[in-house]
Amino acid sequence: MKREWMTIIEHEPIARNTFRLVLQGTIANDVREPGQFVHIQVSNDFYLRRPVSIAEVDREEGKMTLLYKLMGKGTEELSNKHVGDTIDVLGPAGSGFPLDEIDSNHALLIGGGIGVPPLYQLAKQLHEKGVPVTSVLGFQSKEEAFFTKEFEEYGDVRVVTNDGTLGHRGLVTDVLEGSFDTYFACGPTAMLRAVSEKLDGMQGYLSMEERMGCGIGACLACVVPANDEKGYRRICCDGPVFDAKEVVLS
Amino acid sequence: MMLPGLELKNPIMPASGCFGFGKEFAPFYDLSELGAVIMKAATGEQRFGNGTPRVAESASGMLNAIGLQNPGVDAIIEHEIPFLREYDVPVIANVAGSTVEEYVEVARKISRFVDALELNISCPNVKEGGVQFGTDPALAKHVTEAVVQVSQVPVYVKLSPNVTDIVQLAKAVEEAGASGLSMINTLTGMRIDPKTRKPIIANQVGGLSGAAIKPVAVRMVYQVYEAVDIPIIGMGGIETVDDVIEFLLAGASAVAIGSANFKNPLVCKEIIEELPQALRSYGFTSVEDVIGGAHRETATTGVLRT
Ligand SMILES: Cc1cc2nc3c(=O)[nH]c(=O)nc-3n(C[C@H](O)[C@H](O)[C@H](O)COP(=O)(O)OP(=O)(O)OC[C@H]3O[C@@H](n4cnc5c(N)ncnc54)[C@H](O)[C@@H]3O)c2cc1C
Ligand SMILES: Cc1cc2nc3c(=O)[nH]c(=O)nc-3n(C[C@H](O)[C@H](O)[C@H](O)COP(=O)(O)O)c2cc1C
Ligand code: FES
Repeated sequence: MKREWMTIIEHEPIARNTFRLVLQGTIANDVREPGQFVHIQVSNDFYLRRPVSIAEVDREEGKMTLLYKLMGKGTEELSNKHVGDTIDVLGPAGSGFPLDEIDSNHALLIGGGIGVPPLYQLAKQLHEKGVPVTSVLGFQSKEEAFFTKEFEEYGDVRVVTNDGTLGHRGLVTDVLEGSFDTYFACGPTAMLRAVSEKLDGMQGYLSMEERMGCGIGACLACVVPANDEKGYRRICCDGPVFDAKEVVLS
Repeated sequence: MMLPGLELKNPIMPASGCFGFGKEFAPFYDLSELGAVIMKAATGEQRFGNGTPRVAESASGMLNAIGLQNPGVDAIIEHEIPFLREYDVPVIANVAGSTVEEYVEVARKISRFVDALELNISCPNVKEGGVQFGTDPALAKHVTEAVVQVSQVPVYVKLSPNVTDIVQLAKAVEEAGASGLSMINTLTGMRIDPKTRKPIIANQVGGLSGAAIKPVAVRMVYQVYEAVDIPIIGMGGIETVDDVIEFLLAGASAVAIGSANFKNPLVCKEIIEELPQALRSYGFTSVEDVIGGAHRETATTGVLRT
């Protein structure tokens, strides 16, 4: 992990309040697994960095793509940055989906809103490994939906919107049927809990979110209770991806 | 430079709770470059801390309510201190507890493995203990005496800013045998999210740190410097080398940097490198030359040092 001023080489809106940001720099060379993230210092006026998942990486070219949604001051200020600007990035952070350990005949990917981005690089690498992929992508509405076409390149896609303006109307948990042996989910904790209850018994991996302080494992701001003697995990470095059996979702 | 128990290469150290036990920062730079390391708080038993969210951003600062999560004093001695001991850097243990007995137990155990103790009587984030020891001069004196008695190394008492008269507290712990002071801990605060209508931090209140508290910290160091004869480790909102000089001028002999490590994990190293040049540019010949300078300055017009 290192700190680097990365250069913005592409930056464009891709859905309502949602942007695609491509960064160039050596942090991209260090990315190990899908599901890792970077910690962005939007400007010196902010005290806390913003964690954003790496949605796609090209290690050779030293490029990575982030997909982010406007949620508050930090992401709004990020959206005002231009191609050619540099930003202060810490990364690659965290442990992602353990692709090497995964032996699957059909993988189910489940993403809700801003939980969709890290699954994109995962879908790509599972596809390259020859694992069939079905992606369930949940959004609030059609205007918010992004990357549904891109995911189709790597397998089936089931789109769900809360208001029914695109795909199935309802929740991601409505459309999880199929003969899958492993699932990968990223989204709000309530969604992760619903998914893990519904798919109880299946091998699963969850990518979690929490407000972070340091982002490198030192401050214990980002803990989640765990099912063992140690009693907790740090989302920023032990995660954000965990085996579904490892953590306790409150 | 020498402070009780500490031979410092420079006056810069990471503050307790913002640097873990050093491991996470070791990939960024050689920890031997630091003046000292102040470890995360140790309590008698393992603690899991508060619910999440534990942090919230605020203007020029942040709130935290970690809740003294730590693996307990025995595990720290066994698993954490050996790592730091591989570096050529003094180690300070931050000692916390809910009762005088717990403080004494932690201090007795850990003091054999470190160069100094920082007695944390000022943590605002646990219901039991901590802060009430830091807000009542008689209690502060009592716990300091008990810890000084069992400690094998000098004891620095970390003062809470959540008091009406910090000088009174400082004098009480000096009388009790403290070798030094460290100040300030965080100021209690709260943020409420208009969307949820509830406090952002699960613990509701948290400790405010960062640039927002720096003027409060500088003022308190300035006042306490005039009232006591023991050295002060100053902290609260330090982000730049000028901030360091400001604290030294107010009367600190060394400084600690906390939340700024989250903005920039290299901040301590960068400030250490910038310090000699900054001292020269303000016309100082050494760190000692700066300490308490604001109390002695007699020039009546703006000085032409740049
Ligand atoms: C591991 C991880 C990966 C993430 N990946 C993405 C991604 O790929 N795309 C994306 O759009 N968003 C992602 N998020 C969420 C993103 O971090 C927040 O939306 C963002 O921090 C909001 O910042 P803000 O200043 O706009 O909002 P504000 O509400 O103003 O932020 C205030 C504070 O709360 C924190 N915060 C607010 N919401 C969250 C949240 N959901 N998770 C963690 N901290 C939060 C902020 O970082 C900041 O410290 C991820 C979060 C985590 C933990
Ligand atoms: C996340 C966090 C955890 C902290 N944990 C401790 C602690 O365990 N013990 C302690 O004495 N102070 C703790 N502090 C207080 C700091 O050591 C320091 O006194 C305070 O943050 C002011 O300095 P700063 O503005 O540079 O952060 C903590 C502060 C933060 C931000
Ligand atoms: S954010 Fe500091 S330990 Fe995870």
